[in-house]
Amino acid sequence: MTRISLTVDGSKVADDVEPRMLLVQYLRERLGKTGTVVGCDTSNCGACTVHLDGTSVKSCNVLAVQADGAEVTTIEGLATGEDLHPVQEAFRECHGLQCGFCTPGMIMQSVALLEENPQPSEEEIRLGLEGNLCRCTGYHNIVKAVQQAAGQGAAS
Amino acid sequence: MIPAPFDYLAPTSVEEALAALAEHGDDAKVLAGGQSLLPVLRMRLNAPEVVIDLGRIESLRGVRDEGDVVVVGAMTPHSVVASDPLVAEHAGLVSRAVEHLADAQIRHRGTFGGALAHADPAGDLGAPALALGAQFVIAGQGGSTRTVEADDFFVDLFETAIGEDELLTEVRLPKHTGWGAHYEKFVRVAHQWPIVAVAAAVKAEGGTITEARVGLTNMGSTPLRARAVEEALRGQPATEEAVREAASRAAEGCTPPSDLNGDADYRRHLATVLTRRAVLAAAGA
Repeated sequence: MTRISLTVDGSKVADDVEPRMLLVQYLRERLGKTGTVVGCDTSNCGACTVHLDGTSVKSCNVLAVQADGAEVTTIEGLATGEDLHPVQEAFRECHGLQCGFCTPGMIMQSVALLEENPQPSEEEIRLGLEGNLCRCTGYHNIVKAVQQAAGQGAAS
Repeated sequence: MIPAPFDYLAPTSVEEALAALAEHGDDAKVLAGGQSLLPVLRMRLNAPEVVIDLGRIESLRGVRDEGDVVVVGAMTPHSVVASDPLVAEHAGLVSRAVEHLADAQIRHRGTFGGALAHADPAGDLGAPALALGAQFVIAGQGGSTRTVEADDFFVDLFETAIGEDELLTEVRLPKHTGWGAHYEKFVRVAHQWPIVAVAAAVKAEGGTITEARVGLTNMGSTPLRARAVEEALRGQPATEEAVREAASRAAEGCTPPSDLNGDADYRRHLATVLTRRAVLAAAGA
């Protein structure tokens, strides 16, 4: 077992974990943060995307021990109280989801994308979300949601 | 799936990491960004007893200017390399290849040295590193360091010149300031390994190609230089016709793999098409 301490969604946590434990397992099984989901389990689909020290990562492809000392933000840490994050709000407004399974990862990657590039073109949005798969193929409204969150309001 | 159990070491210096490697030898695996290694461990294709994580060694990160080379620390994440102004100015071919490597999340986590040391022939960094004549700095036991030329670094499928008790610490990219560069990657779907890709750097003066460097991705068990094309391009005008003629030699001497994405002949054909596109784009034609 290895001792880790980190900050998750603003709260300090510390635990003894097996080195082989994945960050996504730690978030879901130890901390109960099941908002972050496991999709493909092969680091392709991006459903498990969280922010690690400010940048988006696939949490099924990071060991919990690698996050020792880091700051992690999950989909559960995005809203402020009852107020949704603007990207969450935009996904709701634009119906940027169908079954909703990819949504936590889509939103976390969209937030990271907009932090790096606040005014992305449609192509840059699609490329920026390349690592996130929607098996409902609902990409059209997802892209619209990101455009709306970027203030490109009249996305039609 | 989760990996088989292993012991975890997180050294904070290259010396400590080398000592750990010396102690555990064959039983140990080095973890860089983990974007290739962790899937391998999770699919149980490998089950090392010890994992040595380089993520806490600060000296292995960053890009610096050193005269006629740009030095990239082995643990520098792809996303940092992609946006680095020194790399963009002096080794633009690397910028072009790394900016569309895998996806954004993987670029945040995966590292320049890790990907090169992994030496997947379908990886995006081997061909540009080879084309630019990169030098690989490898630290060994007892404080020794050696520098390996790109031509000698890639040995075979997933095999490099790095010994079992050695570590890749940095990659030195000779400056190609003022050269045009383009990385042309062919995939069927988003986020796929390239079926074939071509890295081209071109020096052109007054519409004439004076020098060209061309690297091939996934055209054999290692990244390859298309030397016949480089030779044929020298002194040629940067026109569609001249470049097409030179590019027709791209697959000479290559034994590409056959798989569900395309057989060897298809890849040979692709290499010629992608080389023409890459060279023309690099030449600004």
